[in-house]
Amino acid sequence: MLNRTHNRPVLIKGARIVDPGRGMDAAGDVLTQEGRIVSAGPILSPSDVPDGTHSIPSNGLVVAPGFIDLHSHLREPGYEYKETIATGARAAARGGFTSVCCMPNTDPAIDNEAVVELVKRRADADALVRVFPIGAVTKGRKGRELCEMEELAAAGVVAYSDDGDPVYDPNIMRLALTYTLDLGMPVINHCQEHSLCPGGVMAEGWTATRLGLPGIPAAAEEAMVSRDLALAEMTGGWLHLAHLSTAGSVDLVRQARQRGVSVTCEVCPQHLYLTDEWALGYQGDTVRTAGTLNYDTSTKVYPPLRGRSDVEALIEGLAEGVIDCIATDHAPHELASKEVTYEEASFGISVLETALGSLLALVHGGRISLSTLVDRLTVGPARVLGPSFEQYATLEAGSPADLVLFDPNLEWTVDTSQFASRGRNTPLQGASLKGRVVATMVEGRLVHQDFGV
Amino acid sequence: MTTPDAMALGNDPQDVTLAGTASTRRNVLDLDDFTPDEIASVLDDTGAMVEVLGRDIKKVPTLRGRVVVTMFYESSTRTRISFEEAGKVLSADVINMASSGSSVDKGESLLNTGLTLQAMGVDVLVVRHPHSGAPYLLARHLPQVSIINAGDGLHAHPTQALLDLYTMRERLGSLSGARVVIVGDVLHSRVARSNLWGLTKMGAQVVLSGPTTLMPLDLLSGRDELEEDHPFAQVEVDTDLDRAIEGADVVMALRLQSERQQGGFLPSIREYIRRWQVTDDRLAKARSGALVMHPGPMNEGVEISTSLAHGESSVIEAQVTNGVAVRMALLYRLCAGRGGRNGEGNS
Repeated sequence: MLNRTHNRPVLIKGARIVDPGRGMDAAGDVLTQEGRIVSAGPILSPSDVPDGTHSIPSNGLVVAPGFIDLHSHLREPGYEYKETIATGARAAARGGFTSVCCMPNTDPAIDNEAVVELVKRRADADALVRVFPIGAVTKGRKGRELCEMEELAAAGVVAYSDDGDPVYDPNIMRLALTYTLDLGMPVINHCQEHSLCPGGVMAEGWTATRLGLPGIPAAAEEAMVSRDLALAEMTGGWLHLAHLSTAGSVDLVRQARQRGVSVTCEVCPQHLYLTDEWALGYQGDTVRTAGTLNYDTSTKVYPPLRGRSDVEALIEGLAEGVIDCIATDHAPHELASKEVTYEEASFGISVLETALGSLLALVHGGRISLSTLVDRLTVGPARVLGPSFEQYATLEAGSPADLVLFDPNLEWTVDTSQFASRGRNTPLQGASLKGRVVATMVEGRLVHQDFGV
Repeated sequence: MTTPDAMALGNDPQDVTLAGTASTRRNVLDLDDFTPDEIASVLDDTGAMVEVLGRDIKKVPTLRGRVVVTMFYESSTRTRISFEEAGKVLSADVINMASSGSSVDKGESLLNTGLTLQAMGVDVLVVRHPHSGAPYLLARHLPQVSIINAGDGLHAHPTQALLDLYTMRERLGSLSGARVVIVGDVLHSRVARSNLWGLTKMGAQVVLSGPTTLMPLDLLSGRDELEEDHPFAQVEVDTDLDRAIEGADVVMALRLQSERQQGGFLPSIREYIRRWQVTDDRLAKARSGALVMHPGPMNEGVEISTSLAHGESSVIEAQVTNGVAVRMALLYRLCAGRGGRNGEGNS
């Protein structure tokens, strides 16, 4: 990243500056120079702008700190046919994300210093945005023995997770939460009690029964959330719950917070925007012709898309702050792994490039403010990642110039053939979204721009 | 192509004439997209096919030049042979593809196998697959082939439901108002699901009985917005079979798979038998002359007593016979609705 600084000053003129870390939501100018924010606030007089500044007229646009994604699958090493660090980072840039944390369910897993180094080297060479590896909790993500977690910390991981699988063994989870007490990083768990959902491929309920597909009950998630909260309370360790999907999980976290349990959690755009009915086809449109069940495998994701009441509870949890942040769980897959029966299809949705457009529906619908949305994409994840990330979540003068410029009202149609991600797997293909990233800047350098629309 | 009101089954003087089978239907995936009129029309055609099957020489030239492939990814005797016989009686060329010994063994995907068969000019693909929705995947990607669902996972088995409807209508005269009790593992039964659509569309009163652990309660009540006029809104569930069976016109026992007990859905087969086996004693509470049905294969002595399975009330063998006729009617209907590869009709 060191040599990527854009030396030419850039002026983002007349934008709406949304910088929740400073409580700012006002029109103004943002000036960057040598990779840093010079000023983000009141309109600058011409004398304050250096000669040779590249000026971007930004009326009607929003400028905010670049989004931080706590949870992405960049697939490298091992699954380069699904995604690479380079393509995933380009997709992130197109989605307004300037920092991406990549999950360790690669092959080999990110469970030792050598693989961390590989990921960092690839990121340095190829990635348009900052990439931060997450280390595994257990060796090989097999759930039996803890990784050398201090070595991973020294090598530069930002959190620990066996994501893709839960840490099944409650005692291993207890030990992980305890061992990390002096390492200052969270243990992220993917909560799913498998014995409650043998063969499950979508949310248990009317739609699953209608389609004849094995269901995953809400309790499969909540049972493990409950277990992990008890372990976090007992150990004092830092638990971060990945991709919550049920109303019950939100309640459990709310109650644990009130008891002072050290827990943070995330929710994904797909669980805030889509419901299980999307598996029937027609993008959730309830006016369907009978007999045209779609079995849309692009809706197959873990945790599963759930019903409207769960979606509502997640939105409420996000609005009130019980849910700290939005993470994408970007999970790209090759086409062949989705052009099969629903039961055979891989779990996962390619999210990075549609995240903002789908999330802004919450703002347009009056459910959360724009400032809250930006907070959950910047300040929230930075809080989970620790003090060293605060600089990436603000437009305060002197901070790294990591920012996003977007048009919240621009309507566009999702066309996966235009994706930078190798993963074209999204139920939003062909959907109309309102709100689109116009430019993304990392350390003062424009890594994505799309002013032509 | 033309779709005259009365369409002959080919030009052979030995053919039968069907009334009003003009159809634009391309696939038979489930009964959810059939109108009551279309179901009635299929049942009418089935009657004509039963007549053909009763002849000394069971062969008509109707589907000469048509290619039907049966593609079974699960074991089957009756459904598969029934389709094969149906195609052959109608003079179609029927090819059976088993998943073992085929390219499936080499790891070819379902979709690629389907595309290969389409490229060979197959007209109708009859598919059975352990995964729900497999025929829908093929239907979406194979525009030149008609797909018949011969059973997909837990989801649907529309030809079984149609043969059940035909058997009931033939014996009862009408399906409207008939009280049909379906007993057993409804949750895992694609037969029950397709029958739910067919029976409710035809105005029958459906009662489901069996262990609560094996009831698809989500389907009946788990959806907030389940419309009042949804066909399933009127379906009754009564776990007490002795009560459910009172006044029944039809009692349909479902196959109980032994893995249900291993999966913990049941405490024991013994307790299942005590509570839900369809027996002479229980049938005595049904309407006099009530029909006993079973989609097969039966576990005699488990979901149905042996004496009942082979007794006077049983129409289980008639179901099998009618199965051939129903599949003839469907093959005919799909092929009649298809142009040739170059767009010309088939007559």
